[in-house]
Amino acid sequence: MSRPDIKRRTTLDHRKKQFSTPTYAPVEYKHRLNFYATPPTADITLEQFEQWGIDRLRVLAELEACSFRNKSPIETASHMKPLLDKYLPLSSSTSNSPALQAERQKDHYSHFILRLAFASTEDLRRRFARAETMLFRIRFQGDDSKERAGFVEGLSLEWEAVGEEERRQYAEELRAAGGGYPKRIEEESYFKVDWEKVPELVEGRRVFLRGGMAYVPSREQMSMVVAEFTGRLERALELTSRALPRLDEDDRLSPILTHLSQNFTTPDANYSATQTSLAGADISARTIDTLSSSFPLCMQNLHRSLRRDAHLKHYGRLQYTLFLKGIGLNLEECLIFWRGGFNKITDDAFNKDYRYNVRHAYGEVGGDSNRRGKGYSPFSCHKILTEHPPGPGEAHGCPYRHFSTENLMGLLQTVGVRDQEALRGVREDKEKTKFHLACNRVFEYAHKQEIQKVREEGTWGAAQLETLIHPNEYFKRSYLLRNLGKHQKKEEGEGDVKMEE
Amino acid sequence: MTAILHQNSTIQLHPKMPHSIPGANSAENDEVPIVAEEMETDEMQTDAEVNKPNESNVTPAEEMTAEDAIAEQLKDTKVAEAKPEVKLEDLFADDDSDDEFASSNIKDTKVSSSPPEAPSSPVNIGTLSRATDTDVMRAFYQRLFPWRSLFQWLNHSPTPSTDFGHREFAFTLQNDAYLRYQAFPTADLLRKDVLRLMPSRFEIGPVYNTNPRDRKTLRKASSFKPLAKELCFDIDLTDYDDIRTCCDKANICIKCWQFITMAIKVIDIALRDDFGFKHILWVYSGRRGAHAWVCDKKARQMNDQKRRAVAGYLEVIKGGAQGGKRVDVKRPLHPHVARSLDILKSHFQSDILEDQDPWETDVKFARLLDLLPDRSLNEALRKKWSSAPGRASSAKWADIDALAKSGASKNLDSKALLEAKQDVLLEYTYPRLDIEVSKHLNHLLKSPFVVHPGTGRVCVPINPKRLGDFDPLDVPTVTELLDEINEWTAPEGEDGGKVVQDWEKTRLKPYMEHFRSFVAVLMRDEAGVKVKRERDDSDAMQF
Ligand SMILES: [Zn+2]
Repeated sequence: MSRPDIKRRTTLDHRKKQFSTPTYAPVEYKHRLNFYATPPTADITLEQFEQWGIDRLRVLAELEACSFRNKSPIETASHMKPLLDKYLPLSSSTSNSPALQAERQKDHYSHFILRLAFASTEDLRRRFARAETMLFRIRFQGDDSKERAGFVEGLSLEWEAVGEEERRQYAEELRAAGGGYPKRIEEESYFKVDWEKVPELVEGRRVFLRGGMAYVPSREQMSMVVAEFTGRLERALELTSRALPRLDEDDRLSPILTHLSQNFTTPDANYSATQTSLAGADISARTIDTLSSSFPLCMQNLHRSLRRDAHLKHYGRLQYTLFLKGIGLNLEECLIFWRGGFNKITDDAFNKDYRYNVRHAYGEVGGDSNRRGKGYSPFSCHKILTEHPPGPGEAHGCPYRHFSTENLMGLLQTVGVRDQEALRGVREDKEKTKFHLACNRVFEYAHKQEIQKVREEGTWGAAQLETLIHPNEYFKRSYLLRNLGKHQKKEEGEGDVKMEE
Repeated sequence: MTAILHQNSTIQLHPKMPHSIPGANSAENDEVPIVAEEMETDEMQTDAEVNKPNESNVTPAEEMTAEDAIAEQLKDTKVAEAKPEVKLEDLFADDDSDDEFASSNIKDTKVSSSPPEAPSSPVNIGTLSRATDTDVMRAFYQRLFPWRSLFQWLNHSPTPSTDFGHREFAFTLQNDAYLRYQAFPTADLLRKDVLRLMPSRFEIGPVYNTNPRDRKTLRKASSFKPLAKELCFDIDLTDYDDIRTCCDKANICIKCWQFITMAIKVIDIALRDDFGFKHILWVYSGRRGAHAWVCDKKARQMNDQKRRAVAGYLEVIKGGAQGGKRVDVKRPLHPHVARSLDILKSHFQSDILEDQDPWETDVKFARLLDLLPDRSLNEALRKKWSSAPGRASSAKWADIDALAKSGASKNLDSKALLEAKQDVLLEYTYPRLDIEVSKHLNHLLKSPFVVHPGTGRVCVPINPKRLGDFDPLDVPTVTELLDEINEWTAPEGEDGGKVVQDWEKTRLKPYMEHFRSFVAVLMRDEAGVKVKRERDDSDAMQF
């Protein structure tokens, strides 16, 4: 996540002076929480417009980084607290703070400013909605319970209370769906809502379903409110995106908005081949076997599966092809590599079923013309960890996450990690779902001597040894460490994939 | 002044939206003639469009017209590279499907092993050469394929609408070229194009916001969007290969078909009772699996998140082959899991323990012991079983409780044992879904009633009320059906007052009847929904 650049655009300066006396429309914010249903109407200065947008962006970017690093909700909340206090404070209604209304106005306006900035593409909309949802959830949890109840009441959601008789009738099912909660059915009250309103509860089988209605215990209220928040925001963003072309005509705002949206870059969006290429390295179909000792475990697993089965299922091929592309294997060599790997099928079958996939991944064919020439980006750890978990017979994904502990230990030992302490550490990391940590731990173990060397010699800075968050970075760093001296480091300016600390 | 946002409040951050989706029910479609005789003009128009040189600035390799495809068929070269534009993930996602042994890999199928003691087991592939024969396929499409019912099924009304007109069809031609983004205003135009191109099979995708054929004329590629599609499920016996002992690969028999029977029972009841869906069409995939199409309007309109939610709700078997323990359920069991367990119990005894005999050998029963929690009990069991080679799985299953009762383990946690046994039961019986098919609105799925190119069998609907009677090996092949038409004679005593349709002369009849009544009920309900919505809309206008 790159840090929002606060550098001002000089072209705006002379204009800003014209808008220096703000006036506020008398909007009263009754609640600390906001569903952002009404767009702002009062005037603000251009400077405020930009500053408030930047402040909120810092918060959202950091939230995204938290999810990216797999932090738990509690860790995220405590990590975010100082940032929120600094950039987007929101006092409770009972605090009687004199800044109360101003804080809420800034929260309200900055949300809408970023809505404009991030409505333009589907990807930005999705990420914005996700980060805003995280923010809303943290605030909802932190809200005073009385104020929260008042806020929820004001939303007038379509929830039907489950009557006493019905609750008794389904007592057993309701308790089973709640994982045994509550002990006595009288201790909890339930709402009945269309199941589509609570997809996350349905997905996790955390509610009783009957005839299309979900029976939601009131303790799950947050999940429902959050789902409602996300749903409304997604719809609103969609509408905003359609209104955007008209906004383009405003030459005061569009540079600011473009600037804001450019600073919401995703860590894995642009991992281009040039960033990872290693000058002078022999990266070709026949060297992959050797190079694979520098691959992260997910890719080693794919490589071993390919060599064992002479086949990989679709997502495995996709994950591995893009990784190989990322380490600098060119298309021709990549085709040779796969042809050799799938050695149990005929040339015809290979050309028919697989050749196109590989070329597509390299951007040679298919896709929209924007992608042509670049193809797809190699998957980041985040993507591998969160999307498309492997099913039966599939070898893609992240072994630290998707393997059982036992199988993970087995795999680590076969690739040469036999140190009991390292294995125990990985086991603990996995139990705490710190998959990044586990992977970085293995990296450090496997490159212990080299890391010590560059540290002692002071040839590598901290930035070059920070937490790995991308399989291609893993390879690059491993390769460079193992070939110290052979290759001059050229990546002084490395940091395109850097995250905020 | 400082009126930045104020001035821009005219930007309308919330522009008012019309209630209906733009383009839906628009007048253009009312002009499409329904009567077959008037079709010629439309047909010519379609041809003209196809022949037009490509206006958009895409390379020919990416975009293939129907005519190109025919040319390809003649040349039969580098077919795979001529695919029209496909999303990368779609490409990677589709090639491990039920059809992977189709056409080009037929040789593999023929040599694949099947158990000699069950001569009726292997799918009969003797008719293969005829099944893919163009004449056979032409006769099938002309005389047997239920075009009208298929149209009504997807259109939800007898009058052509965008539900059908903006629906994507994808054809797999006989040279394996794959033609995506085909769309047709009427059943008859679909039929004509199928007869012209003679695809070996075709798939059905989502309804888009514009005609899929016009997607290139949109100003932005991103404004071409899928709006609706049935919620689909795909169950395939290959996902059971680690526990199915009677057959492997593409082979199936009535014994392993029971896995599919169990799956249909469990999924069908959950979709109906829990989610409230009513219109669920189950279809035999033509070889070793089944598809479900949930056709309720509410299901069709679900976004990916909701589809994922249903899929997640139904998914109990998790993880890849390396994932270790695969059943992951909380205690107490969620009502859906508890109900499934009830349904599956009786099948487990007969269809698994007796028919599959999954723990026959030492290697195999080790897998069972891996899943049981008590070390001492496991030791006792291992000893007993090793000394009695070939002891039947049902006896072994009974041994677990018998030895537990006899006190083989001093500190046996009987609750943990019971739960482990439930997990084992689920692992061997609970549906294994290819969840990717269900999660995405824009996934394509093979149409009902097409012919599976590998087996020649028709992908017939399965009546869930008569699930026990369904035998995949009894499903007619296309050649058998054509023979049945030829062999048919009018019953005595009837002088042919009533015209007998070709399908009525064949074993396709019960399947067609099931489909037709399914479609009739769907259309009836849909008409109800429509009237109700229109009334609601008019109410809304009154304030
Ligand atoms: Zn079988």
